[in-house]
Amino acid sequence: MLLIPVVCLWMGVSSAQSPVAASPLLHQQAPEFARPDLRHRTLDLHAYRGEVVLLDFWATWCAPCVVEMPRFVAWQKLYGPRGLRIVGISMDDDPRAARHLVNKLKLNFPVAMGDEKLGQLFGGVLGLPLVFLIDAQGKIQAEFRGETDLNSIEERFKPLLRP
Amino acid sequence: MKTGFSRRMGPIAAILLFALLSPYPRMAAQFGSSPVAPGSALAIPAAQVIAPEVLLHWLQTAGAAKPLLLQVGSHVLFAEAHIPGSEYAGPASQPAGLQLLENRVNPLARNKPIVLYCGCCPWNRCPNLGPAFGKLRQMGFTDVKVLYLADNFGADWADKGYPVEQGR
Repeated sequence: MLLIPVVCLWMGVSSAQSPVAASPLLHQQAPEFARPDLRHRTLDLHAYRGEVVLLDFWATWCAPCVVEMPRFVAWQKLYGPRGLRIVGISMDDDPRAARHLVNKLKLNFPVAMGDEKLGQLFGGVLGLPLVFLIDAQGKIQAEFRGETDLNSIEERFKPLLRP
Repeated sequence: MKTGFSRRMGPIAAILLFALLSPYPRMAAQFGSSPVAPGSALAIPAAQVIAPEVLLHWLQTAGAAKPLLLQVGSHVLFAEAHIPGSEYAGPASQPAGLQLLENRVNPLARNKPIVLYCGCCPWNRCPNLGPAFGKLRQMGFTDVKVLYLADNFGADWADKGYPVEQGR
Protein backbone atom coordinates (compact mmCIF):
# COMPACT_ATOMS: atom_id res chain seq x y z
CA MET A 1 0.00 0.00 0.00
CA LEU A 2 2.88 2.32 0.76
CA LEU A 3 4.07 1.95 -2.81
CA ILE A 4 0.98 3.71 -4.16
CA PRO A 5 1.66 7.12 -2.63
CA VAL A 6 5.37 6.73 -3.31
CA VAL A 7 4.76 6.09 -7.02
CA CYS A 8 2.18 8.88 -7.17
CA LEU A 9 4.63 11.15 -5.46
CA TRP A 10 7.41 10.21 -7.86
CA MET A 11 5.17 11.07 -10.81
CA GLY A 12 4.18 14.31 -9.14
CA VAL A 13 7.79 15.18 -8.47
CA SER A 14 8.77 14.45 -12.05
CA SER A 15 5.99 16.55 -13.51
CA ALA A 16 6.62 19.39 -11.07
CA GLN A 17 10.13 19.94 -12.32
CA SER A 18 10.61 22.36 -15.17
CA PRO A 19 13.66 23.68 -16.97
CA VAL A 20 15.30 26.80 -15.62
CA ALA A 21 13.70 29.82 -17.26
CA ALA A 22 15.85 31.76 -19.71
CA SER A 23 16.44 35.31 -18.61
CA PRO A 24 14.04 37.66 -20.42
CA LEU A 25 16.54 40.51 -20.12
CA LEU A 26 19.25 38.93 -22.22
CA HIS A 27 19.90 40.92 -25.42
CA GLN A 28 17.39 43.54 -24.30
CA GLN A 29 18.03 47.13 -23.26
CA ALA A 30 19.09 47.21 -19.63
CA PRO A 31 16.46 48.71 -17.35
CA GLU A 32 17.46 52.22 -16.38
CA PHE A 33 17.67 53.50 -12.84
CA ALA A 34 19.24 56.32 -10.90
CA ARG A 35 19.85 56.41 -7.18
CA PRO A 36 22.43 57.83 -4.77
CA ASP A 37 25.57 55.82 -4.26
CA LEU A 38 27.28 55.30 -0.92
CA ARG A 39 29.29 58.49 -1.46
CA HIS A 40 26.06 60.46 -1.98
CA ARG A 41 26.64 60.95 -5.69
CA THR A 42 23.99 60.06 -8.21
CA LEU A 43 24.51 56.72 -9.87
CA ASP A 44 22.61 56.89 -13.15
CA LEU A 45 22.95 53.87 -15.39
CA HIS A 46 21.99 55.91 -18.45
CA ALA A 47 25.00 58.15 -17.89
CA TYR A 48 27.25 55.17 -18.69
CA ARG A 49 25.89 54.85 -22.22
CA GLY A 50 28.88 54.56 -24.55
CA GLU A 51 30.83 52.50 -22.00
CA VAL A 52 30.78 48.83 -21.15
CA VAL A 53 29.22 48.21 -17.75
CA LEU A 54 29.57 45.29 -15.41
CA LEU A 55 26.59 45.65 -13.09
CA ASP A 56 27.34 43.59 -10.00
CA PHE A 57 24.62 42.69 -7.51
CA TRP A 58 26.37 41.62 -4.32
CA ALA A 59 26.13 41.68 -0.53
CA THR A 60 28.55 41.61 2.35
CA TRP A 61 27.15 38.29 3.62
CA CYS A 62 27.70 36.65 0.23
CA ALA A 63 31.11 35.01 0.41
CA PRO A 64 31.49 34.42 -3.34
CA CYS A 65 30.62 38.09 -3.95
CA VAL A 66 33.31 39.32 -1.60
CA VAL A 67 35.87 36.99 -3.15
CA GLU A 68 35.24 38.62 -6.54
CA MET A 69 35.83 42.17 -5.36
CA PRO A 70 39.64 42.40 -5.58
CA ARG A 71 39.43 41.18 -9.17
CA PHE A 72 36.80 43.80 -9.98
CA VAL A 73 39.04 46.46 -8.47
CA ALA A 74 41.92 45.27 -10.68
CA TRP A 75 39.68 45.23 -13.76
CA GLN A 76 38.45 48.75 -13.13
CA LYS A 77 42.03 49.95 -12.91
CA LEU A 78 43.27 47.96 -15.91
CA TYR A 79 40.33 48.29 -18.28
CA GLY A 80 38.83 51.60 -17.12
CA PRO A 81 40.82 53.56 -19.73
CA ARG A 82 39.32 51.29 -22.41
CA GLY A 83 35.76 52.03 -21.32
CA LEU A 84 34.94 49.50 -18.62
CA ARG A 85 32.75 50.75 -15.79
CA ILE A 86 31.99 48.50 -12.87
CA VAL A 87 28.88 49.38 -10.92
CA GLY A 88 28.04 47.70 -7.63
CA ILE A 89 24.58 47.24 -6.17
CA SER A 90 24.60 46.08 -2.57
CA MET A 91 21.60 43.98 -1.60
CA ASP A 92 22.44 44.28 2.07
CA ASP A 93 19.66 45.23 4.43
CA ASP A 94 21.93 47.70 6.22
CA PRO A 95 23.99 50.25 4.26
CA ARG A 96 26.49 50.47 7.10
CA ALA A 97 27.66 46.94 6.39
CA ALA A 98 28.11 47.75 2.70
CA ARG A 99 29.91 51.01 3.43
CA HIS A 100 32.26 49.25 5.81
CA LEU A 101 33.24 46.66 3.20
CA VAL A 102 33.55 49.23 0.43
CA ASN A 103 36.08 51.10 2.55
CA LYS A 104 37.84 47.98 3.74
CA LEU A 105 38.31 46.61 0.23
CA LYS A 106 39.01 50.06 -1.21
CA LEU A 107 36.53 49.61 -4.02
CA ASN A 108 37.36 51.95 -6.90
CA PHE A 109 33.88 51.90 -8.44
CA PRO A 110 30.52 53.28 -7.34
CA VAL A 111 28.21 51.23 -5.14
CA ALA A 112 24.56 52.00 -4.48
CA MET A 113 22.11 50.22 -2.23
CA GLY A 114 19.64 47.91 -3.92
CA ASP A 115 16.16 46.94 -2.85
CA GLU A 116 13.33 44.73 -4.00
CA LYS A 117 12.17 47.26 -6.60
CA LEU A 118 15.55 47.34 -8.28
CA GLY A 119 15.84 43.59 -8.00
CA GLN A 120 12.49 43.09 -9.68
CA LEU A 121 13.46 45.60 -12.38
CA PHE A 122 16.31 43.26 -13.28
CA GLY A 123 14.15 40.19 -13.43
CA GLY A 124 14.48 39.18 -9.78
CA VAL A 125 17.72 39.12 -7.87
CA LEU A 126 17.00 35.95 -5.95
CA GLY A 127 20.52 34.78 -5.35
CA LEU A 128 23.97 36.28 -5.36
CA PRO A 129 26.32 37.04 -6.93
CA LEU A 130 24.61 38.23 -10.08
CA VAL A 131 26.51 40.18 -12.74
CA PHE A 132 25.11 41.76 -15.90
CA LEU A 133 27.37 42.65 -18.80
CA ILE A 134 25.93 45.71 -20.57
CA ASP A 135 27.41 46.90 -23.85
CA ALA A 136 28.05 50.47 -24.98
CA GLN A 137 24.57 50.65 -26.50
CA GLY A 138 22.99 49.76 -23.18
CA LYS A 139 22.05 46.23 -24.17
CA ILE A 140 22.52 43.29 -21.81
CA GLN A 141 25.01 40.95 -23.48
CA ALA A 142 25.42 38.37 -20.72
CA GLU A 143 24.29 37.38 -17.26
CA PHE A 144 26.49 35.56 -14.79
CA ARG A 145 24.44 33.96 -12.04
CA GLY A 146 26.09 32.51 -8.96
CA GLU A 147 29.73 31.64 -8.60
CA THR A 148 31.31 32.11 -12.01
CA ASP A 149 34.81 31.61 -13.33
CA LEU A 150 36.05 35.21 -13.39
CA ASN A 151 38.28 34.48 -16.38
CA SER A 152 35.17 33.67 -18.40
CA ILE A 153 33.63 37.03 -17.46
CA GLU A 154 36.83 38.79 -18.49
CA GLU A 155 36.85 36.99 -21.81
CA ARG A 156 33.27 38.10 -22.45
CA PHE A 157 33.75 41.82 -21.82
CA LYS A 158 37.22 42.34 -23.31
CA PRO A 159 36.09 42.23 -26.97
CA LEU A 160 33.50 44.91 -26.21
CA LEU A 161 36.09 47.41 -24.94
CA ARG A 162 37.86 50.06 -26.94
CA PRO A 163 41.24 48.91 -28.36
CA MET B 1 -9.93 5.74 3.35
CA LYS B 2 -7.28 5.36 0.69
CA THR B 3 -7.36 9.09 0.19
CA GLY B 4 -6.90 9.69 3.91
CA PHE B 5 -4.05 7.24 3.99
CA SER B 6 -2.34 8.96 1.09
CA ARG B 7 -2.76 12.33 2.73
CA ARG B 8 -1.22 11.12 5.95
CA MET B 9 1.56 9.22 4.26
CA GLY B 10 2.35 11.72 1.54
CA PRO B 11 4.82 13.88 3.47
CA ILE B 12 6.41 10.82 5.11
CA ALA B 13 6.83 9.10 1.78
CA ALA B 14 8.18 12.29 0.32
CA ILE B 15 10.85 12.52 2.99
CA LEU B 16 11.75 8.85 2.53
CA LEU B 17 11.99 9.35 -1.20
CA PHE B 18 14.23 12.37 -0.78
CA ALA B 19 16.48 10.39 1.52
CA LEU B 20 16.86 7.80 -1.25
CA LEU B 21 17.21 10.13 -4.20
CA SER B 22 18.62 13.28 -2.71
CA PRO B 23 21.58 14.99 -4.35
CA TYR B 24 22.52 16.29 -0.90
CA PRO B 25 24.65 13.34 0.21
CA ARG B 26 26.60 13.53 -3.05
CA MET B 27 27.00 17.25 -2.60
CA ALA B 28 28.14 16.78 0.98
CA ALA B 29 30.60 14.12 -0.11
CA GLN B 30 32.02 16.58 -2.61
CA PHE B 31 33.14 18.73 0.26
CA GLY B 32 33.83 15.80 2.54
CA SER B 33 37.58 15.95 2.33
CA SER B 34 37.78 19.21 4.24
CA PRO B 35 36.55 19.67 7.79
CA VAL B 36 33.06 21.13 8.05
CA ALA B 37 32.75 24.22 10.20
CA PRO B 38 30.09 23.91 12.93
CA GLY B 39 28.08 26.87 11.58
CA SER B 40 28.15 25.69 7.98
CA ALA B 41 25.05 24.44 6.20
CA LEU B 42 27.16 21.37 5.40
CA ALA B 43 27.02 20.48 9.10
CA ILE B 44 23.24 20.04 8.95
CA PRO B 45 22.45 16.32 9.04
CA ALA B 46 21.16 14.95 5.73
CA ALA B 47 18.07 13.58 7.49
CA GLN B 48 17.03 17.13 8.35
CA VAL B 49 17.38 18.40 4.78
CA ILE B 50 14.33 18.57 2.54
CA ALA B 51 14.30 18.94 -1.25
CA PRO B 52 12.30 21.71 -2.93
CA GLU B 53 10.00 19.30 -4.75
CA VAL B 54 9.32 17.42 -1.53
CA LEU B 55 8.46 20.60 0.35
CA LEU B 56 6.24 21.73 -2.51
CA HIS B 57 4.38 18.44 -2.42
CA TRP B 58 4.01 18.71 1.35
CA LEU B 59 2.61 22.24 1.11
CA GLN B 60 0.21 21.24 -1.63
CA THR B 61 -1.05 18.09 0.05
CA ALA B 62 -4.54 18.84 1.24
CA GLY B 63 -5.11 18.01 4.88
CA ALA B 64 -1.43 17.59 5.76
CA ALA B 65 -0.29 19.51 8.83
CA LYS B 66 1.68 22.45 7.47
CA PRO B 67 5.05 23.46 8.88
CA LEU B 68 6.02 26.91 10.01
CA LEU B 69 8.13 28.25 7.14
CA LEU B 70 10.86 30.69 8.11
CA GLN B 71 13.23 32.53 5.78
CA VAL B 72 16.39 33.23 7.77
CA GLY B 73 18.44 35.17 5.21
CA SER B 74 18.24 38.56 3.54
CA HIS B 75 15.18 40.73 4.08
CA VAL B 76 15.64 42.40 0.68
CA LEU B 77 15.61 39.05 -1.09
CA PHE B 78 12.61 37.98 1.00
CA ALA B 79 10.74 41.10 -0.08
CA GLU B 80 11.47 40.29 -3.72
CA ALA B 81 10.10 36.78 -3.51
CA HIS B 82 9.43 34.18 -0.87
CA ILE B 83 7.47 31.01 -0.39
CA PRO B 84 3.81 31.91 0.19
CA GLY B 85 2.97 31.79 3.84
CA SER B 86 6.56 31.96 4.98
CA GLU B 87 7.76 34.53 7.46
CA TYR B 88 10.96 36.51 7.67
CA ALA B 89 13.11 35.64 10.70
CA GLY B 90 16.71 36.54 10.00
CA PRO B 91 19.45 37.06 9.09
CA ALA B 92 20.63 34.22 11.29
CA SER B 93 24.30 34.92 10.63
CA GLN B 94 24.01 37.98 12.86
CA PRO B 95 23.12 38.16 16.55
CA ALA B 96 20.11 40.42 15.91
CA GLY B 97 18.80 37.95 13.35
CA LEU B 98 19.19 35.00 15.67
CA GLN B 99 17.32 36.95 18.33
CA LEU B 100 14.50 37.60 15.88
CA LEU B 101 14.33 33.89 15.15
CA GLU B 102 14.34 33.02 18.83
CA ASN B 103 11.57 35.51 19.58
CA ARG B 104 9.42 34.08 16.81
CA VAL B 105 9.67 30.44 17.80
CA ASN B 106 9.98 30.71 21.56
CA PRO B 107 6.24 30.50 22.29
CA LEU B 108 5.84 27.39 20.11
CA ALA B 109 5.58 23.77 21.17
CA ARG B 110 8.96 22.11 20.76
CA ASN B 111 7.51 19.47 18.45
CA LYS B 112 6.14 22.07 16.03
CA PRO B 113 7.25 21.23 12.46
CA ILE B 114 9.49 24.02 11.22
CA VAL B 115 11.16 24.41 7.82
CA LEU B 116 14.02 26.87 7.49
CA TYR B 117 15.21 28.24 4.19
CA CYS B 118 17.50 30.92 2.86
CA GLY B 119 18.79 30.63 -0.73
CA CYS B 120 20.84 33.81 -0.59
CA CYS B 121 23.83 32.07 -2.13
CA PRO B 122 25.08 28.54 -2.81
CA TRP B 123 24.29 26.01 -0.08
CA ASN B 124 27.88 25.42 0.94
CA ARG B 125 28.41 29.19 1.26
CA CYS B 126 25.23 30.08 3.14
CA PRO B 127 26.07 31.92 6.36
CA ASN B 128 22.55 31.74 7.78
CA LEU B 129 21.22 28.18 7.74
CA GLY B 130 23.80 26.61 10.04
CA PRO B 131 23.33 29.14 12.85
CA ALA B 132 19.54 29.08 12.49
CA PHE B 133 19.39 25.29 12.61
CA GLY B 134 21.76 25.21 15.57
CA LYS B 135 19.65 27.75 17.45
CA LEU B 136 16.45 25.75 17.01
CA ARG B 137 18.14 22.52 18.06
CA GLN B 138 19.60 24.31 21.06
CA MET B 139 16.11 25.51 21.99
CA GLY B 140 14.86 21.94 21.92
CA PHE B 141 12.90 21.86 18.67
CA THR B 142 12.65 18.29 17.49
CA ASP B 143 11.06 18.59 14.06
CA VAL B 144 13.22 21.02 12.11
CA LYS B 145 13.90 20.65 8.41
CA VAL B 146 16.09 22.81 6.20
CA LEU B 147 15.21 23.41 2.57
CA TYR B 148 18.04 22.40 0.26
CA LEU B 149 18.53 25.12 -2.34
CA ALA B 150 21.73 24.14 -4.12
CA ASP B 151 22.43 27.47 -5.80
CA ASN B 152 19.89 29.99 -4.59
CA PHE B 153 16.19 30.67 -4.15
CA GLY B 154 15.84 31.94 -7.71
CA ALA B 155 17.41 28.99 -9.50
CA ASP B 156 16.11 26.25 -7.24
CA TRP B 157 12.61 27.50 -6.47
CA ALA B 158 11.30 30.52 -8.40
CA ASP B 159 12.76 29.55 -11.79
CA LYS B 160 11.11 26.15 -11.50
CA GLY B 161 7.75 27.83 -11.48
CA TYR B 162 7.11 27.05 -7.84
CA PRO B 163 4.80 29.51 -6.10
CA VAL B 164 6.21 32.75 -4.70
CA GLU B 165 4.80 35.92 -3.29
CA GLN B 166 6.29 39.36 -2.81
CA GLY B 167 6.36 41.82 0.04
CA ARG B 168 7.85 42.21 3.46
